[in-house]
Amino acid sequence: MKYLLMIYADEKAFQTRSPEEQQRGYQAYMAYTEALKKAGAYVAAERLQPTATATTVRVADGKTQVLNGPYTETKEQLGGFFMIEAPDLDAALAWAARCPGAQHGIMEVRPVWTM
Amino acid sequence: MRYDVGARIVLLGETRFLNICGDVARARETAAAVARRSYGKLIAFLAARTRDVAAAEDALGEAFAAALADWPVNGCPASPEAWLLTVARRKMIDGARRRRSGEAAADQLLILMDELEQPASDATAIPDNRLALMFACAHPAIDAGIRAPLILQAVVGLDAATIASAFLMAPAAMRQRLVRAKRKIRDAGIPFRIPERAELGARLDAVLESIYAVFAEGWADAAGTDVARRDLAEEGIFLGRLVTELLPGEPEALGLLALMLHAEARRRARRDAYGRYVPFAGQDTSLWDRAMIEQAESLLYEASRAGTIGRYQLEAALQSAHVHRRLTNASNWPHVVQLYDALLELSKSPVVAINRALAIGEMRGPASALVELDAIAADPRLLEYQPYWAARAELLARTGAHAEARAAYEVAIGLERDEAVRRFLQERAATLPT
Repeated sequence: MKYLLMIYADEKAFQTRSPEEQQRGYQAYMAYTEALKKAGAYVAAERLQPTATATTVRVADGKTQVLNGPYTETKEQLGGFFMIEAPDLDAALAWAARCPGAQHGIMEVRPVWTM
Repeated sequence: MRYDVGARIVLLGETRFLNICGDVARARETAAAVARRSYGKLIAFLAARTRDVAAAEDALGEAFAAALADWPVNGCPASPEAWLLTVARRKMIDGARRRRSGEAAADQLLILMDELEQPASDATAIPDNRLALMFACAHPAIDAGIRAPLILQAVVGLDAATIASAFLMAPAAMRQRLVRAKRKIRDAGIPFRIPERAELGARLDAVLESIYAVFAEGWADAAGTDVARRDLAEEGIFLGRLVTELLPGEPEALGLLALMLHAEARRRARRDAYGRYVPFAGQDTSLWDRAMIEQAESLLYEASRAGTIGRYQLEAALQSAHVHRRLTNASNWPHVVQLYDALLELSKSPVVAINRALAIGEMRGPASALVELDAIAADPRLLEYQPYWAARAELLARTGAHAEARAAYEVAIGLERDEAVRRFLQERAATLPT
């Protein structure tokens, strides 16, 4: 099964880290990605730009509304994701727990809808 | 509604059709025995690979209905379990073809067809995945409040309406929550697996907690007037036994079974001939089921040999100590207080703290017990907890603070939902001098 691991974290806290700490953070993510690939569990992963870059779009009554900012203002924001292949939820949860995001934020694990 | 004619009727073991026809009666009896013995085993096996509990339930319900039509005509098969399994698997394939289309359905069909290739010759050839099914039902991804009902439905085979009435919930709401939980097992890919050693402890706790919730719901109906709820105590013991058999030597599972058997052994003594509530200290010990107590004691001994203590072992040890005291008339309050100390350390539960205070009262007098109660009085959960107020009232009465005792009894009576207990408390309050 495919699972999306979404990383919710306080982006401001991450930005205020020292350069050394940030470097360690990147390395941790690199190592995690490498481990996923070695295990054959990696499908895709991306890091997102901060929510200050977000724009929302919706079409209501045929009119397109474009608004500045993210969909919801929350303390933790979606900062990136890993798409993985795992045999079951327990395996997906085990990968989520290993992700550095589980330490500096919260991981939301969602199965992908199979058509 | 599912199972109008199939598994449900069979499960209830209805006997009023017995006189219609010998063959029909025999078919029904066989089906009822199989349902009792193997319902959960068949569901666990049918759903193991697709994780689709609802589809397995539907298929097995249809298989039971087919059996009731077929067996009276063609005779009961040598292995009813294998017969039901074969029919249920075909029904699952039919169901998968009907319900879903696309890639996922194709995968599911492949799994089901593959399974059809391996016929089960007899009941012993069907692997027992019931424990794995219980671990799926009590998975941390499943809402804690629905775990016990889910186990009752998937492993025991009770229908949603029966479970709803036992848990004092609206049947429609219960049905909906069960459907949602089963959908989550399927769609989120919750595995049917006994967890690895490293996480077994915490995961087993969740299973045991659900089983204890099943038992406690049944236990709440002390008079045994509500058939659905009385059965739940039995189902709790059935499930507890199942865990100790499938996962032998787990001290907490043994402790829970010992605890439930201890409590169940005293069922007949909890009410007198007029249906009045009888407190533990006043129970007629000749009404206790001694064989069941013996069994509980030996389970507790077996648990203790593992050398790791836990909540259920401590609670069972407390039951054992209370029973021992009544049977021998030898005071053992210091030992009881020690056990409560250990249990309180582990659970931090205000309920344990109340019982500990009462035990201290037996040892050092009601004034000491009241000091202990005052120490936990700030806990807001206690404001609505009947035993807290009843304990307080009893202790106040013994110290001679009659007006305060009466006020506390008043609150306790107002909080109680069991008529017999309410009357007991009213009678206690009435004996206070004005």
